Amino acid sequence: MGEQKAMTIKGNMATAMGAKLCRPNVIPAYPITPSTLFPEKMSEFVADGELDASMINVESEHSAMSACIGAAATGARVCTASASQGVALMHEMLFIASGMRLPMVMAVGNRALSAPINIWCDHQDTVASRDSGWLQFYAENNQEGLDLMINAFRIGEDKRVLLPVMVGIDAFVLTHTIEGVDVPAQEDVDDFLPPYEPPHGKLDPKEPATFGSFGTPEYYQEFKQAQVEAIEGSRDVIDEVFEEYEEMFGREYNKATPYYCDDAEIVLITMGSMTGTAREAVKKLRKEGKKVGLIKLTVFRPFPSPELKEILSGVKGVAVVDRNISPGAYGAMYSDLAAAYTNDEEKPILKNFITGLGGREIFVKNFEEMYEMTKKAVDTGNLGKPVEWINVNEDVLR
Amino acid sequence: MAEEELELFASGHRACAGCGEGTAVRQILKVAGPDTIATICTGCLEVISTGYPETAWEIPIIHAAFENSASVASGVEVALKELGKKEGVNVIAFGGDGGTFDIGFQALSGMLERGHNITYVCLDNEAYMNTGIQRCSSTPYGASTTTSPAGKLSIGEHRPKKPIAAICAAHGIPYTATASISHIPDLKKKVKKAIETDGPAFLHVFSPCPTGWRHGSDDTISIARLAVETGVFVLWEAEDGDICNLNVTVKPKKRKPVEEYLRPQRRFRHLSEKDIEKIQKEVDEKCEKYGF
Repeated sequence: MGEQKAMTIKGNMATAMGAKLCRPNVIPAYPITPSTLFPEKMSEFVADGELDASMINVESEHSAMSACIGAAATGARVCTASASQGVALMHEMLFIASGMRLPMVMAVGNRALSAPINIWCDHQDTVASRDSGWLQFYAENNQEGLDLMINAFRIGEDKRVLLPVMVGIDAFVLTHTIEGVDVPAQEDVDDFLPPYEPPHGKLDPKEPATFGSFGTPEYYQEFKQAQVEAIEGSRDVIDEVFEEYEEMFGREYNKATPYYCDDAEIVLITMGSMTGTAREAVKKLRKEGKKVGLIKLTVFRPFPSPELKEILSGVKGVAVVDRNISPGAYGAMYSDLAAAYTNDEEKPILKNFITGLGGREIFVKNFEEMYEMTKKAVDTGNLGKPVEWINVNEDVLR
Repeated sequence: MAEEELELFASGHRACAGCGEGTAVRQILKVAGPDTIATICTGCLEVISTGYPETAWEIPIIHAAFENSASVASGVEVALKELGKKEGVNVIAFGGDGGTFDIGFQALSGMLERGHNITYVCLDNEAYMNTGIQRCSSTPYGASTTTSPAGKLSIGEHRPKKPIAAICAAHGIPYTATASISHIPDLKKKVKKAIETDGPAFLHVFSPCPTGWRHGSDDTISIARLAVETGVFVLWEAEDGDICNLNVTVKPKKRKPVEEYLRPQRRFRHLSEKDIEKIQKEVDEKCEKYGF
């Protein structure tokens, strides 16, 4: 094993370095705040001869994803980056990438969607793509951003999976924040991630095949069923790959990672960078003798219902903290977790909190508040509102 | 195998009787040969040729969506180069007129500007035919479509056809040409030049649609020929985007009146003598510019 190199880098640099270590062949990309540093860095790596690959500086995110599809179908290892409106513009093509079972990795600087236009963090962009058939990973910090990129290629390219993967890093909080990151040695990543060869054919005149057929009602549903089986099958692959990564590189990843959950009565669930703040809140509350825990959700698609329910067994109340909202319904994590419990007799009280939209700060005190509200619902049976908004500027609402 | 015997677009596809597009693709692939990868748009071509589990294509193709044949092809071409497999392999991006003139125009412009070694072929039947004859920026003045219907207050389409080939040439690309399924030797020569071009080439192929133009299915070729012989559709080629010095490859000795082209098509049946005179005048002016 080579030595890991300690660096202090921005989140975008971390995902770019993670991608570079995976030796992509083609990188079609379009600049968008807050992800622009990714294509910039990849361009530099190529320009300096550090990475043997081709950039395609396309004219839109739609074309970025289209070129990713063309290149992946030709047998190339492909990655890109985007955010917010860019992910929204790609939306059509996201379904086609997964429907054609083309592995590729996209780093997303999770950013709010317009209107009003806003460049700061929330998870609405990728959550709005949750049904596109991509696997979705969310990083808590820059180290996770780098590590998850490497894991994403390996998992997506596994012949039991063959699906595209998004790795979310929070806008600015991670994309533009400099943190210490241990960067694995190239030869070790090469051992971890073998070169990619599509197992079921590619665009090759020697073996002509038609990609993207017209699927009539007699066939369409089975294509979709097979795709869903693949993402369901990715659950075991994710565990295997995370475990192998930990053995090789010493950093542990789980679909859902518990913190102080063993004897917890109330558990907070978070995704992304807010997890660090939530952890501080849990430490503080624990010092005060409160039985509170935290789950960090790293894998949102496939949604790890079994793992979450196992960690939450015996827990009385769950505060699901969504940095997104499905208007007219709930936050995305909450909906999925509630659905997972629908037919269970024994289940915790679930409360849904929406916060941090468009870069709104989330403080330790906000998590304390969410803990208190959930505790109160458990103790009194008064469940409060179906969706609670946290850290609201009431003056603006009026 | 001799070019004439080479069949890479198989019979038995689902095109309408008399469809110009099938003829165009079949002839183009005869020139391009088996070492070709094609991208196609959502639309008639995808519907008629890729119904799972069958395919009419004897070459590898990919269909992704409507507006991005050029972008998908960009990915294919760069991947081939990066994997060391581009040598001897042609990349052709097919698009209908909707996928080229309208919804795919941005992607096409990007592909041309970036200088990919791709031949883009626009198969132009002058409206959204797959969805049922809706007007497009390719629809000519006076044509009645379902979204530009002729009526008491309407002549049908009231805007002239967008000069797509000239716009593509204006990108300064090495090779641009217009061609017609009525003039196969001219078409094939241009396909050969286009695929031999190092860099982007754009081919605008005129391809009548009996269903949408409402003419007899056995009149497709003769109507395409009349478009050329009347000067409605001019066959030309230009190098390095130099449209001031373009080469008109088929010059009718004596142009036929546009009426002969318009009358057999029911999409133009509502046009009055006066309307036809107006169209004739515009065609005359255009042909004068082209120098014949």
